Amino acid sequence: MKPPAFDYLRAESVGDVLDGLAQQGGDARVLAGGQSLMAMLNMRLAKPKLLIDIMRINELRRIEREGETVVIGAGVRQADLLAWPKLSEALPLVALALPWVGHMQTRSRGTICGSLAHADPSAEMPLALVALGGEVLLRSARRRRRVAAKDFFAGMMLTARADDELIEGISLPIVKGARVAFREVARRHGDFAIVACAAMRTQSGVRLAVGGVADVPTARDWPKLEGSALDDALNAFAYELGARDDVHATARYRRDLVRMIGRDLIGEVLQ
Amino acid sequence: MTRLKADSRHAVRFSLNGKPVEGEAEPRMLLSDFLRHQLGATGTHVGCEHGVCGACTVIVDGMLTRSCLTLAAQVDGCELRTVEGLAPSADRLGVLQQAFRRNHALQCGFCTAGILMSLDHYLAKNPAPTEAEIRDLLSGHICRCTGYTPIIKAALEAAAELTSAKKETSDA
Repeated sequence: MKPPAFDYLRAESVGDVLDGLAQQGGDARVLAGGQSLMAMLNMRLAKPKLLIDIMRINELRRIEREGETVVIGAGVRQADLLAWPKLSEALPLVALALPWVGHMQTRSRGTICGSLAHADPSAEMPLALVALGGEVLLRSARRRRRVAAKDFFAGMMLTARADDELIEGISLPIVKGARVAFREVARRHGDFAIVACAAMRTQSGVRLAVGGVADVPTARDWPKLEGSALDDALNAFAYELGARDDVHATARYRRDLVRMIGRDLIGEVLQ
Repeated sequence: MTRLKADSRHAVRFSLNGKPVEGEAEPRMLLSDFLRHQLGATGTHVGCEHGVCGACTVIVDGMLTRSCLTLAAQVDGCELRTVEGLAPSADRLGVLQQAFRRNHALQCGFCTAGILMSLDHYLAKNPAPTEAEIRDLLSGHICRCTGYTPIIKAALEAAAELTSAKKETSDA
């Protein structure tokens, strides 16, 4: 349970990071809070030749409103965002979901963007990003681009990030007046979710996003549905997510949770 | 920008419980191993080595930190606190430690160092915690003797004692 050998680069600017990524490509990994990557290294599930530590770069630590969005930099720790005084007002869904990410002892170090880069299908921050329809801000020495949440997650622990790209931050829309709800079922609080759901009232109806079932967090929009039409829609969605049996829960239990939590949350946000 | 080569050892310096310390580490050396093997500070225990059990929890620059998920190189220049820094002197236990002793809040003691660091950090910021808050905090630790009930009791007792001690000081 010791990491393999790697070079360690303490970056002082975004330029340092981009140069390192450009030179080393897929053999380099960005180290932020380390709450996912260090465990992967200890178990030797990741064997990079170079680790680029970005946590001493001040410009990556920003939480800023930009028009109708909030931009969260790659160096923002989960605890930093939880302590942001405007969180509940600007990002109420994140305020609900964030306490479910790990434990106080891991949120103190772990970053928002690190959780997105890790892309565990059960993780709460990828779910929140997809539910809100946010964007991931990617930057390499060659270019900058923005990728929509639904295109960013490519599979279990796979993302659209190219080997030479840094997740510089994310942009989350401030959804004015929207009602939001979040609920998770896990064996213990702080464990990865068996099923986690986020719901949001939209202009035309309602959106439900589900984590822990498909390989990527998945959102679905509906017009305002009620009664058996809602039950049928939820049932179809639960099957489309392609739940599988594993040691934590059966596929059927996961579908049940999607149907039940989905109905509760949609009721809550449409109230 | 500093690049430390994988196959050589590099100086790591930081403050440990208020005293400057120094050692050498390859980039891949975990902070938990650096504390124990390079500095001989064996109060910090190593359990699961993937961030789940909480035994190795220390405080780095005021942040609760799993030392097994942290590289020694990452804390160069930082301020660290470990369980060795909790007692006010070599022959006296701190308030929290005394509460653990009174309540039998440790059995084998393996998880204790990490739990003490979490509680010490938390109680300093939240002097009047509820039982639910203490339970939430303890969810980041695993005690395989399963003695959580006395740990919670000790934490609440210590919180009450620390609060009343503060009141006396401010009245005086």
